Formats: sequence, C-alpha cells, structure tokens
Amino acid sequence: MTTTVETPIGAAKTMILNMGPQHPSTHGVLRIALELDGETVVKAVPDLGYLHTGIEKSCEDKTYSQAITLTDRMDYLNPLGNNLVYCLAVEKLLGIEVPKRAQYVRVMLVELQRISSHLVWLGTHAIDLGAMSVFLYCFREREEILKIFELFAGQRMMTSYFRIGGLALDPPAGWRAAIDKFLKMMPSRVDDYETLLTKNRIWMGRTQGIGYISTEDAVALSMTGPTLRASGLAYDNRKVFPYSSYEEFDFDIPTRTDSDCFGRYMLRVAEMRESLKIVKQAMAKISDSGPVRSDAPGIVPPQREKMKTEMEALIYHFKIFTEGFAPPPGEAFVAVESPRGELGCFVASDGSAKPLRVHFRSPSFINLQALPKLIEGQILSDVIACIGTIDIVLGDVDR
Amino acid sequence: MTENTSENTNVVAAQLRAWNGKAVSEVIEFRGETTIVVPREMMLEICAYCRQDPNLQFNLLTDATCVDRYPMEPRFEVNYHLVSIPRKARLRLKTKLSGNDPVMDSMVPVWPGANWLEREIWDLMGIRFNGHPDLRRILLPDDWEGHPLRRDFPVQGFRDVPSSYIPAFRKPR
Repeated sequence: MTTTVETPIGAAKTMILNMGPQHPSTHGVLRIALELDGETVVKAVPDLGYLHTGIEKSCEDKTYSQAITLTDRMDYLNPLGNNLVYCLAVEKLLGIEVPKRAQYVRVMLVELQRISSHLVWLGTHAIDLGAMSVFLYCFREREEILKIFELFAGQRMMTSYFRIGGLALDPPAGWRAAIDKFLKMMPSRVDDYETLLTKNRIWMGRTQGIGYISTEDAVALSMTGPTLRASGLAYDNRKVFPYSSYEEFDFDIPTRTDSDCFGRYMLRVAEMRESLKIVKQAMAKISDSGPVRSDAPGIVPPQREKMKTEMEALIYHFKIFTEGFAPPPGEAFVAVESPRGELGCFVASDGSAKPLRVHFRSPSFINLQALPKLIEGQILSDVIACIGTIDIVLGDVDR
Repeated sequence: MTENTSENTNVVAAQLRAWNGKAVSEVIEFRGETTIVVPREMMLEICAYCRQDPNLQFNLLTDATCVDRYPMEPRFEVNYHLVSIPRKARLRLKTKLSGNDPVMDSMVPVWPGANWLEREIWDLMGIRFNGHPDLRRILLPDDWEGHPLRRDFPVQGFRDVPSSYIPAFRKPR
C-alpha cells in the first residue's frame, strides 16, 4: 500500500501483532493475536492448545489409582492440589472417609504448595515487569518448599503423594524440624519482597490501575480465586464449601477492592501470610502416630506387615493393583481452592474399574477467558502485566 | 444412579416445578449433590430463571462438561455446574442429548463465561451450541477430524498406527 503525504502514516489503520507461542512473558505456550492501534490494544484473541495432552481422555483408560499420576502433570505448580481434588472426587464417589491425621497432612502440604506457587508467580511476574532480583529471592525460598516435598514424597514436583483413601506414606522422620525451619524463615522473607516491590515507584506505575475488572464482570466471566477476591468478593472454597477439615482452621480470606494488577499482587502476598498461619495450625493438629489411610479393604492397599501375615490382605493387594476397584455408578463433583482459583474435578463412574469420564475445571483456563476484557483499551506493555496477574499455568489451561 | 430421588424434598427442584410443570424431568440425589435433569428445549430458559430468581441466585457458572454414555441412547449428558455465591449452594443441571442430533442452546446469553467451556465441549465431544457467538475448536488444531473425548474414539487415536498398515503408505514395488 502506498502512503501519500496527505494521509499521515498509520492514520486510521490497525495492525495485527502475533504474541507467542514462544514469548517469555506468556508463561508457557500461549499465543495471543493482538490488534493494535498505535500502541493501544483494540482486540485480543487468545489461541490455546499448544500443550494439550489429552489427560482427560487418558484418565478413561486407566484405573482410578493410576490416574493420580496424570493429575500431577496438569498444573505443574500445584501438583498436590491436583492430587487432592482428584482423590476427594473419587473418595466422594466411593463414600469413604479419610482419617483426620491424613486430612491435616493434606491441608499442610497444600498450603505449602500454595506458597510455592505464589512465589513462582511473584518471581515471574516481577521479572516480566523488570524486577530481576525478586525472581532470584522467590526461587530461593521455593527451593526450600520443594525440599520439604522431596522429604515427604521422594519427588520435588510430580509428587503423587495423596492417594485414594489417604496418603502414600507416613510423614517421614524429621518433617517437623524441616517445616519449623521454613516457618521461622518465611515471614521475614515475605516482608523483604514487599520492601522490594510494594512502595517501589516503577512497580506501582506498572501495576496500579492496570487490568481493571469489575465484580460483576468477573462473576459473569466465571473468574475465581485471587482475581475475583481482588475485585471485592470473598469467594473462597476453603471457607464457603470447606473440604478436608478446613472448617477447623482459623484463617482470613483477604479481599481487595482496587481490582487491578496491584490489588492482585497485594492479595497474593496477604494469602502467603495466611497460608503460613494454616501450616502452623496444621502442624499442631497432626499427631505423631495414627493411621494415614482409611480402612477400606479392596480400595486402599493394605499395610505391608498385614500383607505378609494375612491371606486376605495379600489377596486385596493383588486385586487392587491388577484390576483396580469399581465405585458405584454415579457422578461426583468436588471443587477445591487452588492457588489460581476454583479447581474442580468431575468424575463419572459406570460401575467398572475405569472412570467413565474425568473432567477438570481448571481455573487457569477459565480465568484466561477474561484476558481480552482486561487488556482491550490498554497499551501493549500492559498486556504483559495482565497476563502475569491472572497467574496462568499453560499445563492447566490446555490439560 | 443409586440412592435415588427424595424428589419433593429438594427446594430448588420444588421451586422449578412450581414455576413450570415441565421444567424438571428427574431429580437425582447422590452423595449430597443435587442433579436436576431438564429437557433440552427448556435449558436456556431454566438457566436464566436460576440466575435471575431472588430465591435461587445461581450467579456463577463454575463448570460445564459432557459425558458420553456410548452405546446407550441418549448418549450425551451435558452438565452445567452452578454456584450461588450469596446462598452458598451448588447445583448441577443436566440435559440429555441423542447421538443423532447433539445440538442444544448455548448458555452464553446467561453467563458469558460459558463461552470457552462450550467451545471445549464442541471441540472434544462434538456437541453443537445454537446461538454461541464463536463456536470454533479451542484446544485441538482447526483441521482435526473427529471429537476425541467421545467413547468411540480410540485412546491411541486413529493416526498412531504404523504407516505400513495404511494403504496410502504401502508403495508398490
């Protein structure tokens, strides 16, 4: 197209800019087609599916216990939370109760997971906006949490530590000392991040008033989690629909009313402090001995000692690992509060040993839907702030 | 489903029945969850009512998903999971679709958040939603054939067979 002197260059024209899928600020393989008028975003169309692995389909071809390992791989910053929601859904389908001790261990580890996920979010969000050092500090602390997970499960990330009916193993020797050490260190470290960012003028300039979404819009677009709570609505599954004994814990649900990137940052920092409170209470509640698996023969694998002395236990063990178990026909939906929002799991059984359908309501996927709403009308550099502030994990978006 | 029907005890179902006699085909109570089965033609109307009515206030659509019960008929069950944040309640609305005609109304006019959820169902299960503003594939490539979460789609897929088994790849010598 030729440009003449009479029409100024670029007047009344928009251009299409392709962002991603290999862009460092999209936190994975997200592609966004942006229509720009100068530097202002007119329209944004997210394009997903680059990481689609068909986990829901694969679950249908595995027994109920085998599918746990797949759930780790969806939201790789929250594997324990994924284990938890899947186990809770199958336990609901089976109608079995998990011992209190195992429930408290689950709560404690899931809250540590929430802190570690928020640390990755804070580090990557800050590095996107140019604050390099925060990233290094966040990953230093996250490493300590991953060491705790390694102590419990033998794995840093793909833990598969929660099993149907309880836990894979008893808590290991020395777990109290490890978590105590972390709890002593962490509060001052959270203060340090705030010192680096909260009153930082560049940080405030890049986040305040950016990516506004009203409460009504957030609810209409099915947003949950910190993004919804920063818009002023205290909707948190841990309080509203308690699971795994959350009703016995004393903690607050922080909310903000500024509904922008800065509000969501402040909210997540406040959530880290609340999670520390929950971890501390859970440690006090966990007794030193007691069962960590429910007594459900034929569903929960028997103890090792029983297997060597009792014939029935040996038979159950063999049957569980060769043919699995069959829940009664029916459907169950369980939702937990993941670091990103409401993580739901829908399991339908037809009475056979493999699930008829497993569906995950992944918070990243549904929150990402609101991205165009957040960024349309903003300038291009704010797109990066907005993607960061929704806290998407592409493994969770595409499943 | 087992533990069936304490039909008239459920408040939401009773209210829906009072509102329109044809609205509720079946009420299923299982493990403390309420499922209301509604006819496909009335789904949009019922959802709008559930969202607007001051006694129900199901303002958040948390999830939409589909179950394929192939080879049974009607094979598809589309589930909408609703949450009422003010009332702290959950509800599952279910509608059944036959395999010959897997079409229903889109819930986007009621909850804009249904947009991507329904696109996902279309992509993976092949249910068409009338009135959806942008019914394209979302997770799979545009040129993908079939809907892989259907039960008659093999887990390994149709493409992952060794190329020598596919006639087109068998070159004459």
